[in-house]
Amino acid sequence: MNRAVFTIESNASLTEAVFRMTLCGDTSAITAPGQFVNIALAANYLRRPISVCDWEPGRLTIVCKVVGRGTAQMSRMAPGATLDLLLGLGNGYDMAPSGERPLLIGGGVGVPPLYGLCKRLIAAGRHPAVVLGFNTASEIFYEDEFRDLGADVTVATADGSCGVKGFVTDALPEAYTHFYACGPEPMLRAVCKATLTSGQLSFEQRMGCGFGACMGCTCETLTGHKRICKDGPVLRKEELLW
Amino acid sequence: MVDLSVRLCGLRLQNPVIPASGTFGFGKEFAELYDLNCLGAISVKGTTRAPRFGNPSPRIAETPAGMLNAVGLQNPGIDAVLSEELPRLRRTYRQPIIANISGFSLDEYVECCAKADASPDVDLIEVNVSCPNVHGGGMSFGTDPRMAAEVTRAVKAVCKKPVCIKLSPNVTDIAAIARACEEAGADALSLINTLLAMRIDIRRRRPLLANRTGGLSGPAVFPVALRMVWDVYEAVKIPIIGMGGVSSAEDVVEMLLSGATAVQIGAANLQNPWACKEIAEALPALLESLGVTKLKELIGGAH
Repeated sequence: MNRAVFTIESNASLTEAVFRMTLCGDTSAITAPGQFVNIALAANYLRRPISVCDWEPGRLTIVCKVVGRGTAQMSRMAPGATLDLLLGLGNGYDMAPSGERPLLIGGGVGVPPLYGLCKRLIAAGRHPAVVLGFNTASEIFYEDEFRDLGADVTVATADGSCGVKGFVTDALPEAYTHFYACGPEPMLRAVCKATLTSGQLSFEQRMGCGFGACMGCTCETLTGHKRICKDGPVLRKEELLW
Repeated sequence: MVDLSVRLCGLRLQNPVIPASGTFGFGKEFAELYDLNCLGAISVKGTTRAPRFGNPSPRIAETPAGMLNAVGLQNPGIDAVLSEELPRLRRTYRQPIIANISGFSLDEYVECCAKADASPDVDLIEVNVSCPNVHGGGMSFGTDPRMAAEVTRAVKAVCKKPVCIKLSPNVTDIAAIARACEEAGADALSLINTLLAMRIDIRRRRPLLANRTGGLSGPAVFPVALRMVWDVYEAVKIPIIGMGGVSSAEDVVEMLLSGATAVQIGAANLQNPWACKEIAEALPALLESLGVTKLKELIGGAH
């Protein structure tokens, strides 16, 4: 973990509620896709944990949805403003078990961390299939970005306004070697039931510290108590109590 | 050269800065960030007889200038703490270690304190009779002078090491509880634990915390804590460890002036994991600017 001040390079909305922010600063503490940063915001006591969408030396991209006061504040911040970040938080996705054809499943605001993972899986010579789920066509984001990486992308919308009508579980391919998922908990539960291979799922929880000190985000698993912030946010399907 | 050292129940603390129980785990996460030997002491995670998972999620909520927690004493149990966590901390950390003991019965307090007393890795025992987040124990022992005295007396009977009773602010007269603990033999008092509080999710029309209520901490409670330390200082002769929203070296000085001998820092660690180190490092320059050469001269200095 590291603490660093980042400068906002760009900040723009992707849909009505989702925005993308690129930030410049020292990203050397980030070691795996699926990790997160914890952002201090003026007039908010607790930091805001936000997953890393993508990173490179000196630059970080986050994509988040306005869900409350903190994220609303972030969505209005102008380029040039600075943010205090704790970064390199959480375990992130393990790429080792991906196999030749990993399946990436993202639902809504769970989509962003899969982008950094997809990019690195492709760089490692894998051929990921990507299934993205949204409520409706106007909420779709990052479909083109995944295609530009060279991934096979399928989109599902709950109302059928774009792509497959239904949930991500209605759009899963037949063959894949391992899965990686991020999204709302009901989606993760459904994905666990619908998938046949081993897999990794990224979880969300209200956090106090974000680095394993306060026990504010602990959940029970088959392998003991896990702090979502430190032992997660990525847990293996095999250790879940579902 | 400013002398930051204080004496607390026969222990010499090189400075008055102590991470508060429940915000510092057993030091492991922080030891990866800085050398913990810059701290005055460490109060480790609240410990019970049996391992505990704690409360369901969400356990954390934000408040104006602070936070709520309802962790509910998640801990690996006294035996694992004494055989694994504290020896690991002791391998690299040479300053005093404060064990923090909670319980659901008089029996449990006595058993756990006796075990902690026998451990070579424990220097002081802090008895938590003030956890607001567990049911059938914790705070119920610390909100009644007679019960608080009973726990103090029972624990003192089995401990050779100094015993500090951690008091709840959720009472009408904290000075009365403090006096009862002193009369029952407490060597020190620490205060305040968190204030019982809640938030409601206006969309779901339900309490935000799964436990319904939680403990409020952070800068929001600092003035309340300061006032309670003041009241207790006037009521007892034993030393006080002051805590509640302390976030800067200036806050430490206020706490000392109000009557604290040492200070615990809690919520600030969660927002800035380097908070304790930075506060300890800021003290010498602040004291110099105040014309103070010995920090201990500040204790109770505003009375």
